This record gives sequence, C-alpha cells and structure tokens, in this order.
Amino acid sequence: MAAIFQGVGAAAALSSSPSNSFDSKKFVFSPCRSFSVRKGASFAVVRSDGRVNLNPKGRRAQQLISNAVATKSDSAAASSSSKPGHELLLFEALQEGLEEEMERDPRVCVMGEDVGHYGGSYKVTKGLAKKFGDLRVLDTPIAENSFTGMGIGAAMTGLRPVVEGMNMGFLLLAFNQISNNCGMLHYTSGGQFTIPIVIRGPGGVGRQLGAEHSQRLESYFQSIPGIQMVACSTPYNAKGLMKAAIRSENPVIFFEHVLLYNLKERIPDEDYICNLEEAEMVRPGEHVTILTYSRMRYHVMQAAKTLVNKGYDPEVIDIRSLKPFDLYTIGNSVKKTHRVLIVEECMRTGGIGASLIAAITENFNDYLDAPIMCLSSQDVPTPYAGTLEEVTVVQPAQIVTAVEQLCQ
Amino acid sequence: MALSHLAASASRSSSLLKPLSSALSLRRSISGDNSPLTVETSVPFTSHQCEAPSRSVETNPKELLTFFRDMALMRRMEIAADSLYKAKLIRGFCHLYDGQEAVAVGMEAAITKKDCIITAYRDHCTFVSRGGTLLEVFAELMGRQAGCSKGKGGSMHFYKKDSNFYGGHGIVGAQVPLGCGLAFAQKYSKDETVTFALYGDGAANQGQLFEALNISALWDLPAILVCENNHYGMGTAEWRAAKSPAYYKRGDYVPGLKVDGMDALAVKQACKFAKEHALKNGPIILEMDTYRYHGHSMSDPGSTYRTRDEISGVRQERDPIERIRKLILSHDLATEKELKDVEKEVRKEVDDAIAQAKESPMPEPSELFTNVYAKGLGVESFGADRKEVRATLP
Repeated sequence: MAAIFQGVGAAAALSSSPSNSFDSKKFVFSPCRSFSVRKGASFAVVRSDGRVNLNPKGRRAQQLISNAVATKSDSAAASSSSKPGHELLLFEALQEGLEEEMERDPRVCVMGEDVGHYGGSYKVTKGLAKKFGDLRVLDTPIAENSFTGMGIGAAMTGLRPVVEGMNMGFLLLAFNQISNNCGMLHYTSGGQFTIPIVIRGPGGVGRQLGAEHSQRLESYFQSIPGIQMVACSTPYNAKGLMKAAIRSENPVIFFEHVLLYNLKERIPDEDYICNLEEAEMVRPGEHVTILTYSRMRYHVMQAAKTLVNKGYDPEVIDIRSLKPFDLYTIGNSVKKTHRVLIVEECMRTGGIGASLIAAITENFNDYLDAPIMCLSSQDVPTPYAGTLEEVTVVQPAQIVTAVEQLCQ
Repeated sequence: MALSHLAASASRSSSLLKPLSSALSLRRSISGDNSPLTVETSVPFTSHQCEAPSRSVETNPKELLTFFRDMALMRRMEIAADSLYKAKLIRGFCHLYDGQEAVAVGMEAAITKKDCIITAYRDHCTFVSRGGTLLEVFAELMGRQAGCSKGKGGSMHFYKKDSNFYGGHGIVGAQVPLGCGLAFAQKYSKDETVTFALYGDGAANQGQLFEALNISALWDLPAILVCENNHYGMGTAEWRAAKSPAYYKRGDYVPGLKVDGMDALAVKQACKFAKEHALKNGPIILEMDTYRYHGHSMSDPGSTYRTRDEISGVRQERDPIERIRKLILSHDLATEKELKDVEKEVRKEVDDAIAQAKESPMPEPSELFTNVYAKGLGVESFGADRKEVRATLP
C-alpha cells in the first residue's frame, strides 16, 4: 500500500545532531557481536553518553548539554568547520546505506513489493533496480509469507537479502517464517547456518492510516529468540544502522517509521556504521532518564523543551536497540538520575516498555527512587478519525505531566 | 466496441418503446418498465472446467436505467472522494473504484441481500451497491460520527451487517479465507445463499487463497471467488507478478469463468450462473477483466507504471457507463438529455451528502474505548498515562 510521505515538520529542526558519532575507523566492528563482550570490554570509542570527545564533532556534544535540543544552525556551523557532510532526508539516507552495501558486497540483494521498477512505496529503494538489475532488486508478488521464507532460505546459503515489508503490518503474514526459521535455524542446526537477513519496513501510527496499517510489530517480535531488532530515528542512525544490519551475521529486524521518512539532517560523507546494540544519548541530564525510540523521540524532545523551561533536566536516551536492550547505557543513566520514564509507541500490554520495565527493575531496582513510569499507546486498535488517533498515542503534554509527577 | 445485436431485439423493443418514450418525456425522472429485453454481451465468456453461460442476457429497461444511475452515482462519488482527499479532508489511504463500477452493479443485480459479499479495500462502491448511503460513505471517509463504522474504520473498513456486506479489509488477500468462512456458515445453516469473495489480481498470488480454495472445494462450500483483474497489483503489472495471468484457471480442479468486467450485463449473467453453480457444485472462480482509472491509491499517480494513452484508451473504448448509455440510447429507452439530467441529479445528491457529512461531528474521545470488546467485559485500560486517561472498556 503506497502512502503519502508524512514528515514530522517540526522535528526537522529538533533532530539531534549525532552526539554519539564516532569515527568508524577507530571503532572495530566485528560481525560476531555478543552482548557479553560489550559489557566488560573497554572500547576506545565514544560512549553514547556523549561526554568522551574523540573528534571535533564532540564540540557539538558539549553544546548539547546546555541546550535542550540541538538547533540546526549549531550543528551546521560545527560540521562545516570540520567535515561538511551532506544533507539529506531519512529515506535517502536509508537508500544510500543500501546502495553502498550493495556496491560493497555482491551478495546483498533486495526483495519486496514494488521495490524495483516502482522505486519503493517510500522511495527507499529508488534507483537501485536501474543500477543493480532485476536479479538483485526483486519485485515480488504480494506473497509475504513466501518471499520472506525465500529470503531466509537464500540467507542460509550465504546470500544477504534485505526483505522489505511494505508496511510492517504485512509481515504478520510471514510471522511463522520469521519466528521459526529466521530466529531459530542458527540454534537448531547447532550453528551450521547463519541467517544474515535484514527484514525492514515502516511501521507505527501514521496519519490516519487505519487500524491494520498502524501496527507496532516490535511488541510481537520481541520474544523471538535469535533475532535482533533495531529502530532508527534520524537520518544519521538510519544509514548507520542499515549498514550495520546488513553486515551483521544475525537476522536483524529493522524498524522504520512511516512519519519519519522526511526528516532532514546533515550526515558525514565518509563511511560509518552505528553499533546495533547501542543506545543513543540524545540529551544528557540529571533529573530523570527518559527512554524512548523511533517517533516518540521527537515527542520527548518537544516535551524536553517545555521541561527545561520549567527547570527540569531530563536525560533522553534513544534506546535504538530493541532487542537486546543496551542495559549498559540505560543502567549508567539510572544510576545517575534514579528516575525512569519510558515513552513508547507500543501498546501498554506486552510492549517494548513492558519488557524494559521488567529488565530495569530486575537489574537496577536498588538505584530507583521512584517506580518506573511507562507512557504507551492505548490498548485499542488505531482508529481512523484524526482526533481519536491523536489520543491513541503519547503526546508531549502527557510526557511533561509524567516527568513532573515522577520528580516530585 | 460491439454493444448489442439490434437485429434481434430492435423490432420487439421499438414497438414497445413508442408509447414509453412519450410517457417518459412527461415524467421528471426516468424509470423504465419491466418489459424484457435481450442484450448480447460484448465478448463471449471463456470457461474452465465448466459450460460457459449464454451470451444473451435477459434484462429490461428499468434495470438498464438503474444500472446507469447507480454507476453514475458511484463514479461521481469516487471523483468527489478524490477532491476531498486533495483538500485533506480524507487522510491516510483512499483506494478508488472508478472504472470498475460494472462489477459492483452487475453482481448486485444477480443476487439478493441475503447473499454475502466480502471484498478488499477498494470497497466504497460495493458498500453503496449493498445499500449503504452516501452520507455514511463520506462521513466515514472524513472520520465523522455518521460514518458506517462511526469514523473509527476509515476508507478500508466499510461494513454493513444487515445487508450482508462483510467489508472492507486492508491486508491483501486476507478477506478470501473470511469469505470461505462465510460460505461455510451459509452451508451450515442451509440458507441456500452464496458468498462472493472479491479480491484483486495482486491478491491472487497470496497463499491463503489457495488454501481457502482447497478447503472450500473439499467441503463443497457455496463460495464464489471473484478476481477483479485490473491488471495492476499496486505498482506492479500482472505479467510481472504472476506466471499465469489466467486467474480463472488457477483453481485447477475448481471451475472458472472469465468475464468482461466492464460490461455490467456480462457480470450479471456470470454472477447468476455462478450462484446456481455454487449452490449445486461448490466453489467457482470468476475473473472480471476490468480496469481502474485512478492509481492504486490516492498517493499513487497511476502513471509511472502505465501510459496515459492506455488509460484514456480504456476510458474511450470500454467505459462501463458509456456502454450502458449507448445501450439505452440505441434502444430508445431515454433521451440524451434525460441521461444528462440523471447525471446532474446524481451530482447534486453527492454534493448534498458531502455537505451533510461535513456537518457531522468528529467522534467523542470516549469512543476510543468503545467496541474494543463486546459489551460487559469491564476491562480497565490504562494507556498513555495512568492519571489522565483511564477508562473501563465498556
């Protein structure tokens, strides 16, 4: 289903500059990333708290601490003095990431509905079919269960397919393939097969797209063992995560958001990747930790402006990695602020927030001064009417109220 | 395009029509009468594993005029929806049916309201042919309370239970197993009714279709699977998505019939035939060869994967409304002016409905929580924040 590209207009100005950017040459990226390795090792990289400055971009990080939100002029000024980079929209960043990986590795192929000749319903695969041909950019019939399964099968032999669900909701038709084959084959074969597949697509609540096209599949997929889930939120991390996901030997489900495709940002010219398991420090603070991801990041940053005016200092972390959670970054933040607010777009029951609450409570209960608050969408099918749909998702005003309550 | 063989029917009809035409000019609106008329379909039916029905369709002036009016109404409604979408009163997805009206209208003429119809997301016109009002359509499209789903469903979720219209589904192909389930229920209650499960040429490649077809054939269900083949599945042409574009043959052991979907009379004949067949012998597939003028949805220009010449060519040669118009005029059932008046009337009706729909209010915030469960469960919903919006689901 093709849909109109809806940009969160205000968010363009709100998009944070990459305070966690790091020079990819300094960061050793090994394909077999495991959580335990990260926890203990000390990498010579920028931690996502943005305080370690390895490069001139760190200047922006320091400016961030005093501002609630990084303004475009700051980032432009800072970046043009170091490396100019280039400005683009989020869907173009995804396309760049895809294109660069396809050039780099001939085993990468794309399959999905309308990705080839049509150029992709959100233009993420625009121009790829012309460049790489029909065998590497495959227009599939409308048969999600089959072509996802076929992608997984191809991945078992070593190909690296990128499967697109035109809307994440359609991947429900492929749930069996994703759960049983994609997630479990590496385990059940005793390690013989790896499934280096990337399953991507837009999800989340858009602009009145109706109940079936506004689903948040991260809550359904989070239980599947063996897969990784990431959610991009800015052009910078979209490109970085896309490249990392393609290079990863594990199956990665890559969540994009229907309303974020038109975000504009300046990203570096050079090759870079983002760590798949790492959270992003959007705004360091002292009073409360706000954990969020994808579109809700922008609602949080909007609320942060109001909160700063009211005298609060929220620490905003974009968790990015939905499975596994970056408990290292989150834990450090909890140990600092002692208060946690989770703002998510999933429904309250069984969402990412619910799991995150459990994880934080289990690991960091002693550091909490107040019960964890979680703001999620209502437990209802997303209605079509605009006014009702607005009430379904978390709005910035509710975030401000929640922080005030939490910090009493 | 050959419309009808006048030789057979002209002598019969002209003797009937002379008094009729004078009577018509006295009335403000034309309604025709029930005197029988036989019209030949434009192309013969092609069949698979069954005997094709005859090319000669029994009809009457009243029916033809009703066809004209209904199709003109649907066409106007879809064009009005197009403008409303561009004016941002309709948001999200909007899939328009103009060009395909003959399928909805012809099918309705062959069946009763006790037979079930289920379709995908291109459902505005099917809803109207099942008895939905224009107000319900426009109010739902604009997300207002007066809409058929109280504004909570949107363009892809029109339903009308009392006339057995089961929707209105967004996920491609998912409505076909539902349709076979409806047929199962009909067989179970021995209703002597059938179900028409409509889907597109894109959905024809869904696995669940074949699963449902197998089970329906196994259990002899009165299910009629109707493939509305408009030759493009979203942005992909049918030859790029299907190895065999003969959708009516895909049932293999299930008989099929290929129909010119731009000819309302052919559709009517086929559906009548299919209903008789399904009640006796189990499932049958109908392939309606049709065309949509708009793109897949309002955000698809519709011209990146097909040429404008193709679109205008079909519009000139195969337009369903034009065909009926020519038929009516050639049989002297109404004058050119009277038909134009009908179109004006229809346009006014649509405009009135839009104005009325615009006045309908947006749903109340409490509506967010109604109809999640059927009444009486009393589940508490916490949602976005636990203090501000807390409701017990009614």
